Amino acid sequence: MTRFILNNELVETGLPSGYVLLDFIRKNKGLTGTKEGCREGDCGACTVLVGEYHNTEIKYINVNSCLMPIGSVNGKHVVTIEGLNTNKLNPVQEAFVYEGGTQCGFCTSGFIVSLMGYIITNINYKFEDAIEYISGNICRCTGYEGIKRAIWRALNEISKLKINSLRNYEEYRIELVKYEIIPDYFLTIKEKLKQLNSIKQEDLKIDRNYLVGGGTDLYVQKLEELVDKNVIIISNDESYREIFLSGKEIYIGGGCTVSMIESSEIIDGYYPELKDFLKLFGSKQIRNKATVAGNIVNASPIGDLTNMLIALGAKIILSSGREKRTLSLKDFYKGYKNLDKAPDELIESIIIQIPEGKYLFNFEKVSRRIYLDIASVNSSFFANVENGYLSNVRISAGGVAPIPLYLKKTSKLLENVHLNSELILEAANTAQREISPITDARGSAEYKSLLLRQLILAHFQKFYSELVKPEIIFQWEV
Amino acid sequence: MINFDSIKHVRGESQFVYDFIPFEKVLYAYVFYSPVAHGIIKKINLDNALGIPGVRYIFTYKDITGENQVGGIIQDEVLLAENEVDFIGQPIALVVADNFLTAKHAAKLIKCDIEELPSIFDPREAFQKGSLIIPPRVFSLGDVDEAWKECDVIVEDRVESGSQEHLYLETQGSIAFPVENEGIKIFSSTQNPTGVQRVAARVLNMPMNKIEVDVLRIGGGFGGKEDQATHWAVLTAMAAKKLQTAVKLILPRQEDMRITGKRHPYSTDFKIGLKKDGKIVAYEVTYYQNAGAAADLSPAILERTLFHTTNSYYIPNVRATAISCKTNLPPFTAFRGFGGPQAMFVMECALYKASQVLGIDYHQLQKINLLKDGDEFPYGQRAENCRAKVCYDSLEKIYKVDEVKGRIEKFNNQNRFIKKSYSIMPVCFGISFTTTFLNQASALVHVYTDGSVSISTAAVEMGQGVNAKLINIASRVFSIPPTRIKLETTNTTRIANTSPTAASKGSDLNGFATMEACQAILKRLKKLAATELKIEDENQIEFKDEVVYCKGEKTDLTWNKIVQKAYVNRVSLSAHAFHATPGLYFDRDTSKGHPFAYHVYGTALIEVTVDCLRGTYKLDSVQVVHDLGETLHPVVDKGQIEGGIVQGIGWMTMEEIIYDKRGKLITDSLSTYKIPDVYGAPEKIEIHFLENAPNDFGPFKSKAVGEPPFMYGIGAFFAILKAMNVFRPGLEIKFIAPMTHERVLMTLYSEVKEKVRL
Repeated sequence: MTRFILNNELVETGLPSGYVLLDFIRKNKGLTGTKEGCREGDCGACTVLVGEYHNTEIKYINVNSCLMPIGSVNGKHVVTIEGLNTNKLNPVQEAFVYEGGTQCGFCTSGFIVSLMGYIITNINYKFEDAIEYISGNICRCTGYEGIKRAIWRALNEISKLKINSLRNYEEYRIELVKYEIIPDYFLTIKEKLKQLNSIKQEDLKIDRNYLVGGGTDLYVQKLEELVDKNVIIISNDESYREIFLSGKEIYIGGGCTVSMIESSEIIDGYYPELKDFLKLFGSKQIRNKATVAGNIVNASPIGDLTNMLIALGAKIILSSGREKRTLSLKDFYKGYKNLDKAPDELIESIIIQIPEGKYLFNFEKVSRRIYLDIASVNSSFFANVENGYLSNVRISAGGVAPIPLYLKKTSKLLENVHLNSELILEAANTAQREISPITDARGSAEYKSLLLRQLILAHFQKFYSELVKPEIIFQWEV
Repeated sequence: MINFDSIKHVRGESQFVYDFIPFEKVLYAYVFYSPVAHGIIKKINLDNALGIPGVRYIFTYKDITGENQVGGIIQDEVLLAENEVDFIGQPIALVVADNFLTAKHAAKLIKCDIEELPSIFDPREAFQKGSLIIPPRVFSLGDVDEAWKECDVIVEDRVESGSQEHLYLETQGSIAFPVENEGIKIFSSTQNPTGVQRVAARVLNMPMNKIEVDVLRIGGGFGGKEDQATHWAVLTAMAAKKLQTAVKLILPRQEDMRITGKRHPYSTDFKIGLKKDGKIVAYEVTYYQNAGAAADLSPAILERTLFHTTNSYYIPNVRATAISCKTNLPPFTAFRGFGGPQAMFVMECALYKASQVLGIDYHQLQKINLLKDGDEFPYGQRAENCRAKVCYDSLEKIYKVDEVKGRIEKFNNQNRFIKKSYSIMPVCFGISFTTTFLNQASALVHVYTDGSVSISTAAVEMGQGVNAKLINIASRVFSIPPTRIKLETTNTTRIANTSPTAASKGSDLNGFATMEACQAILKRLKKLAATELKIEDENQIEFKDEVVYCKGEKTDLTWNKIVQKAYVNRVSLSAHAFHATPGLYFDRDTSKGHPFAYHVYGTALIEVTVDCLRGTYKLDSVQVVHDLGETLHPVVDKGQIEGGIVQGIGWMTMEEIIYDKRGKLITDSLSTYKIPDVYGAPEKIEIHFLENAPNDFGPFKSKAVGEPPFMYGIGAFFAILKAMNVFRPGLEIKFIAPMTHERVLMTLYSEVKEKVRL
């Protein structure tokens, strides 16, 4: 039995836990405000909010309901556009009406839900942050200009109410209710969720063959296989969702989402660059669901997070329930979608070393579209630097081989050397000899090869701009 | 002024076809389509698929009771393949089952034995092999052959422009159900209700009056649902008739992308001749249009390419040849601009290349050749009330183009790998269906006894705000608030023989019809008021803000009262009006005439930043001066311009349709086919409506707005090209659109690229 609160209604269903939330909302509950545009998390028309009771507060996230098994909202609060409507238009809705933020209307509820997600979860507003909340919403009519105007207007209107100085979400949400920005039932949800979560869960007849992390890839690839199964939602298990420091190592639970890494103070304390790099990973909605272990085990040659983790020298802990073993991430991949992993093993956690001394860390990604797109080629670079010498150099490359690639020779070439322009060019050229790109929708093999060269130059251009000049980068042989 | 439809949108209360739940029982359909681009169907075995529990029926062409034909302009397209398949995605069978997944699963079990035949995907190859949709069309002006002698420079090149997926957020779909009297009612997401009705009647062998098509709204069309919504509507109608129950067919995104047509790719040769001072003397151009496997709207699109061959410029000697080439790809179809963008892109390429050879600034060259009043277009019409120059000049002034140049130059001097540039793009677009007879529309207006108003027209609301504009027109004629007026669904039983909502013409045609219907009622009410107020001349009666004025004086009569009195006095409170655009004619034999009611003008300034190390770019701003006449609805018009620009930019930059060697679409999902997202759109868009620019040929002096702004996006291509040229002066360029990140990098580093080891 799956139990959750849908808007203001307690829902109990015996449907398989792998059944898709979008279908449940539209077909089973007849709430048609949530739209289906692509069923692969690339348009945001199906965006809903999911609220989870955690440490005395309800935390809401924006998700693509088309990629959500209902099992993953068990014990949570699901909010659709219908659940956000009050008797009058809220400031976001009103701004969309007056500023031309909507034309055909098909994408609109997704945008409104995303932005209300922003309003509900942020006490202090910043235009850029609000825009990030719609990074996973596509509109074909407006060109986004009317939507941007509407966001300005809405944030401005709500700011006038002077509720942005409140300390905690509870007080803030009371004010949001007072001004009819959200419906009043929101204030009752906390108690309802507490109650709901106190009911002991009877064990589902789960099928161990179907493990789902965030589902953001599985539900694109294997929808038909999963909808009638009682899948296991790994990320429902708290023990897989922790990030903690142990000695000189940061442990990241396999079920942690990309958003959790983005907002982790521990990770930010050691690798503050990472959160900016992760903005290039999927969309807000996807990052809220996609898990670290999922990204690794999916073995996509162009996985962004995997690419970064390889350069950070990450290790993974594989657990079969009986035994555990630790493996360097770069050695995990044997061939295309072929892993050094037994069927009963799952990635329990990921370990990264905290940096010692001064280091350089960079991530480069070029795709057809800069945001919410899969890379044509991506590359990460890490090195310690002392007295002008590089050590522990690790460069990774995605999209240029059947696996997420660690550029062994290129990395080695730069170990313990004093950098100069020629060496950088040689590194860029060496990388060419370690790769085997193919032509596909993301670019020709020839392009990907050239692009990797450029991205390696870009790593150095970032840290040693005086060594990477237009005059020299057209040279080939050095 | 707001668009009242948007209130429902923001609350998620607007319904689309797949939201309707009016039936106890509805069956779901799934299309089984050809997996090969060209072949003979040897055998088809449905047994395994029919064996799946829940499968109700599988339709093939044999089930068609009427004519298996959906072609509009030319009857060359079957609804379901018979013996031959001509493209990957061509419907062969329709599986109908209790639910969607069952239908989809069953479709995978259909065994279809197809013997593959050679395919053609390239339009030039099709031309060489004589595979054409219609004979080539030629527009000419002056004497090109003689004119070359007068030219100081002659420049030639080839231009390629790519296809484009409409990506309406609502995919194609339809629900049909049987009604009494052996009729069928269809809810279709179509821009062309009458088209659906006509083809359904033909395929089902039924009279048109037994088929009712109803359209509430559609979730984006952009031309993609002008001709190609018909197939799905007719398939559901056929299934509903046979199975006597409601049948729903909503194309999943991937199927929609694979099966349905897109913007036509063009391959073009041009030759342009100019005087030393930059005046264009002669222009010769040959367009090879890739039409796909059937005519669809290609002949009309081909014609519009010819109409817009010289864009916003005057060229005294022109010969433009357009060839519609038949290939084994899904039939390409209407898409905002309708062949115009393809022509204008070539024209700009010609100017750009000429500017480099002549050593005259590209934008200077544009200015020298801008159209002016009295100039003759290659199709014989002359420019009247020409606003090409005033838009261009205003743009330079309002957005301080000189300062922009200085700012960009300074930036470029300070940055080694990051280069900025700008481009200016003038647009001149003719308004009217170029097929003259389509320029007709009707409206049916009812005033109810409580004073509220209902309007039905031929226009389909697809986000372009036509309903808001029509409400505005009625509100102005009656002088009552817009909140008292309701726009009804577009329904073939209320408004018959409609033209598709297309050609940017929806508001003009239906606006005039609405205006005339409202005026007819108003005239009766004025006459009644005159009688009531005991005056002779009804022209002294005026309606203002729901009050009747007589000789400029307020009276006790209100809108509500006079409407009541009309009813009691048996004066009709309804009117049907028919409008046909006057003065239009075009002779297809001579290719001369007066095909357009008027032209829309405008100019855009586009700024970009190109990262010349990574080969990526960012659209910084688009600033526009646009001629709208007098706007009917500023929020709607602004939105149309902004949205059009971003679609145009998408076509020129990131949106790339790729087929594999077998003619299978590779970019068949939103993860591989990218349209602009909030970050991919220009950081800033500013629209300035040209002032004091009334239009005598539009309702309330307005102008059409839908398509023209799309072509501002063409400027993005040249802005990027110019920035690349700053980084690498003298760079050898190829005019191939879209200018993807890949093309930028491969062009910038062509000599490095050749040495890359594979």
